[in-house]
Amino acid sequence: MKQSRRNFLKFAGLSAAGLCIAPTAVMASGGSSGGAQYEVNSNHLQAKRWAMVVDTRKLNTEEAIEALAETCHHIHNVPSIDSNQDIKWLWSGTYGEVFPEQENNFPSEAQEKRRFPLLCNHCEHPSCVRVCPTKATFVRPDGIVAMDYHRCIGCRYCMAACPYGSRSFNFMDPRPHLDMDNINKKFPTRMRGVVEKCNFCVERLAVGEMPACAEESGGAIVFGDLQDPDSNVRKALRENFTIRRKPAAGTEPGVYYII
Amino acid sequence: MLEKALKGGPKYWAWIGFLLLIIGAGFCTYIGQLQEGLTITGLSRDVAWGFYIAQFTYLVGLAASGVMIVLPYYFHHYKKFKGMVIMGEFMAIAAVVMCLGFIIVDIGQPQRMLNIIFHPTPNSILFWDMIVLNGYLILNVVIGWTCLECDRQRVSHPSWVKPLVYTSIIWAFSIHTVTAFLYAGLPGRHYWLTAILAARFLASAFCSGPAILLLVVFVVRKITKYEPGKAAIGTLTTIITYAMCVNVFFFMLEVFTAFYSNMPGHMHSLVYLFAGEHGHTELVPWMWTAAIFAIVSLALLIPPKLRYNQKLLPWSLAILVIATWIDKGLGLLIGGQTPNPFNEVTVYWPTGKELMISFMVYALGALTLTFLYKIATDVKRETGELTTED
Ligand code: SF4
Ligand code: SF4
Ligand code: SF4
Repeated sequence: MKQSRRNFLKFAGLSAAGLCIAPTAVMASGGSSGGAQYEVNSNHLQAKRWAMVVDTRKLNTEEAIEALAETCHHIHNVPSIDSNQDIKWLWSGTYGEVFPEQENNFPSEAQEKRRFPLLCNHCEHPSCVRVCPTKATFVRPDGIVAMDYHRCIGCRYCMAACPYGSRSFNFMDPRPHLDMDNINKKFPTRMRGVVEKCNFCVERLAVGEMPACAEESGGAIVFGDLQDPDSNVRKALRENFTIRRKPAAGTEPGVYYII
Repeated sequence: MLEKALKGGPKYWAWIGFLLLIIGAGFCTYIGQLQEGLTITGLSRDVAWGFYIAQFTYLVGLAASGVMIVLPYYFHHYKKFKGMVIMGEFMAIAAVVMCLGFIIVDIGQPQRMLNIIFHPTPNSILFWDMIVLNGYLILNVVIGWTCLECDRQRVSHPSWVKPLVYTSIIWAFSIHTVTAFLYAGLPGRHYWLTAILAARFLASAFCSGPAILLLVVFVVRKITKYEPGKAAIGTLTTIITYAMCVNVFFFMLEVFTAFYSNMPGHMHSLVYLFAGEHGHTELVPWMWTAAIFAIVSLALLIPPKLRYNQKLLPWSLAILVIATWIDKGLGLLIGGQTPNPFNEVTVYWPTGKELMISFMVYALGALTLTFLYKIATDVKRETGELTTED
């Protein structure tokens, strides 16, 4: 973990161009009005193409993934709603749910027991961006598929288009389902009628922090620059056999799974 | 001519009052939806598009179907459709009004709707759908109104209408093609991901749309003595029959492709719809009803003896409409999203409130249609065209 940190700090404050990109990141995540918020500082992390490698040998229990999800959901003010109109940024599924087209009739014991973390893949060719009629969903130059909640009209076309079920719609006002005394005041809450999803923690990258799930995973999730041959994600990809979800969909996911 | 819509007997006003009542009740429900959000619907994270969008899809077909009258009339100079042309055009207007209504009630943040125009995004099919739908609305309003006004004043139609009519004929195909592209281009939704979807949409539109139009015209004939002409009805029924044959054939092609290839993704939705999956069989009775009704409607329409039997015809058409409505106004949308991306089944069923709001949109369409048909039949009566039996 330490090493990957250092790797990224190399990029920190490298170019002024980064400062032009990063403010969009904060805006994209909602840009709360007034008070404390994430502001791009000189520590901000940069990459040509952010990507994530999940080591499912180390991270595979419901509880472990649930703990990461709780952190993610807490810092992003994701409500907990007990119905099928709920919001999920990070959650877990069985092998069959995560890789439905690559199921095996005689799975290994390990594979059968494991749970796999699920989140937005920040695809290279995201169908959610292709269909969005307002550019409320867009790809940033660093490969993160971000959202502008203020522009989203709630047509849910992106939900129909995402082959990974990564998007959630605020069917109802999310605020009554949040512990309002305990929210993260630096990150905005959403309103009803807009779509949301994992944002690869753009707001944390902007201040030089790694995504919360990567940071808390104890090394099971590595996060880094796919375009940099020396990055920790490239190292992980080089040394392990990895698969991605639904390769047939042609979206080129940015999340890789070590099985 | 507008004033003609404001003059009518007690029955006319009772009907208008009834529609207004439904619109009022639906609107109250819609206010509730605006306050609480789409949570009042049966939609979920897995089935994010439901009844509203399904009705929109179905009604685009109704809008496009007017072309089955306009095309023979203008391209093949089939004069027998003269009296029906205006009916087709006005039906298209009402249908597009309903389409737009269903889109508006489906949007989570309707006050931001104009973002589609402020931030035009040509890579989104929704952007093109907005353009073709509104374009079709304008075309039909201009053409229909101008022609009717000319008929009323007993002058010939201005020459600039012709190019507009030809445009509208091609445009009609585009609205349903573009609507099919909304679905057909999505990875991971196998039931929609088929090159034949646009063709299926057109086939189903060209049978169900004229069928609805004929049913409405029968009602209009009862009330106003407006006579479309036996020959016109016969020709249109033949068109409907052919289109329904093609529609059923196209569906069989899908079934063959899915099951002969044995590709799980392609079979799942069909299996869910017609046999149920993971113990969920909610749609099975509906889909089989649709299948049986489709066959029955063909059995009643293909033999000329039955097809030209005026007593039987309304029933055959009604059966056909039910079959196509279940297929497209229910099965297509739910089937495309079930099983979800994780191969699980989440059941979707419209709630009462959702239906109430849908009735509002339908009533709005009926109101538009009533006004337009009232004007049209009054004008036809004045010009003595009403009872042209042949
Ligand atoms: S996983 Fe889905 S939501 Fe995320 S970028 Fe890919 S297509 Fe878009
Ligand atoms: S719901 Fe919002 S983000 Fe999704 S396609 Fe529509 S406008 Fe874009
Ligand atoms: S990257 Fe950030 S937003 Fe995405 S799942 Fe991890 S913690 Fe949540």
